[in-house]
Amino acid sequence: MPASPVTRLAPAVQTTRWQWATVREVSRIAAQIVILRLEVENRLQHLPGQHYVVRLTAEDGYTASRSYSVASAPSDPLIELCVERLEDGEVSGYLYDVVQPGDRVEVRGPIGGWFVWDAATPALAIGGGTGVVPLVAMARHAADIGRSELLRLAVSGRSMAELPYSDELSAYGATIAFTRAPGRRLQADDLRPLLDGAQVTYVCGSTGFAEAMSRALVGLGYPESLIRVERFGPS
Amino acid sequence: MAFASRGFGGRSRGPRDQRLPPGQYDVGSDWPVLTAEVTPAINVDTWSFTIDGLVDQVRTWSWADLRALPESKYEGDIHCVTTWSKLATDFTGVSMDVFLDQVKLGPSAAFVMATSSTGYTTNLPLADVTGGKAWLVWAHEGKALSAAHGGPVRLLVPHLYFWKSAKFISRFTLLDHDEPGFWERNGYHDRGDPWKEQRYQGD
Repeated sequence: MPASPVTRLAPAVQTTRWQWATVREVSRIAAQIVILRLEVENRLQHLPGQHYVVRLTAEDGYTASRSYSVASAPSDPLIELCVERLEDGEVSGYLYDVVQPGDRVEVRGPIGGWFVWDAATPALAIGGGTGVVPLVAMARHAADIGRSELLRLAVSGRSMAELPYSDELSAYGATIAFTRAPGRRLQADDLRPLLDGAQVTYVCGSTGFAEAMSRALVGLGYPESLIRVERFGPS
Repeated sequence: MAFASRGFGGRSRGPRDQRLPPGQYDVGSDWPVLTAEVTPAINVDTWSFTIDGLVDQVRTWSWADLRALPESKYEGDIHCVTTWSKLATDFTGVSMDVFLDQVKLGPSAAFVMATSSTGYTTNLPLADVTGGKAWLVWAHEGKALSAAHGGPVRLLVPHLYFWKSAKFISRFTLLDHDEPGFWERNGYHDRGDPWKEQRYQGD
């Protein structure tokens, strides 16, 4: 059943609590990258760009929790997370190696009122690697409401196979650079034509990627105050 | 806890390190960088720190003023809301008490809004930045604080989650009421005590 587009978005900041989610789909889309689709009962609606926290509990009561951006649009009946398995990642390793459909995990969300897109402001979003995940939510929502012209994307990954959602991003019209094959990084020249009219720019990726992209934007004369950054590391 | 996650063992671990608040893990020698804005380049020659709001007179310190004040060191742990903790680290700077002793606080002053040169803000009860609990710091483990970590000078409030330790600190505004800062407006807790797991609004 196709979901109806969500045209009125939830407030950015809502009080959240831990709740159970049931894993409905598990897709290992690349070496070390898994997409999980979760059913969350009575879930709060999210804004494109927000994240969920996933909490795991061991037999002895030990818990570990990590945050993952949501890839699904608000209209999607499930919550879609895309997780990169990090070396020694105790949560990402479990989510990649162990989790099966039917398992339950604790989640909390949606979280974050800063790295969110209101689906009304003309925007550019730049993502590297799994930093494209919140951008996918933005793009899906823009398409849902028939406003794709409001959101431009520039993304970077090691290769077509290693960049999550590369086909979908390509179909959306994103500017794409692959750092290994053919071996090119996103540069100021890629961003310049995308900046015209962008009243907000989102940058999501590793610390190095986020620094390089935000420096390129500032170098192009783009106001720092319009740049929203989400950095992630091995945390 | 309702029940365990099937097949989840977690990191190999001995008895839990008593220095780790609930839900935190030891990040070891790493120090992840999490900033929501473009990292600014701040020259110490133009850096300043101002205390305003409910004080008898607004007071501003330059970098030279700062370095002429008595130094002190924090040795201990820091805790990020994203669940990493960095244990047994140290920072060098000046206790907030030294600055606050040089202004006369209005009798109703009870909260502080800390502001960075980027416009980042975070709110703190006055009681959390007095009594040897907060510093302005310029060095980490003996080295100048890098821009990625908020240098040249950041606020350090190590008993609260680390988003309270504003990078690129430039201003303290004394208030008689609590007002949410940047992350606090964006879903995070107003106080942020890691031992009470005050991560998000509603905790």
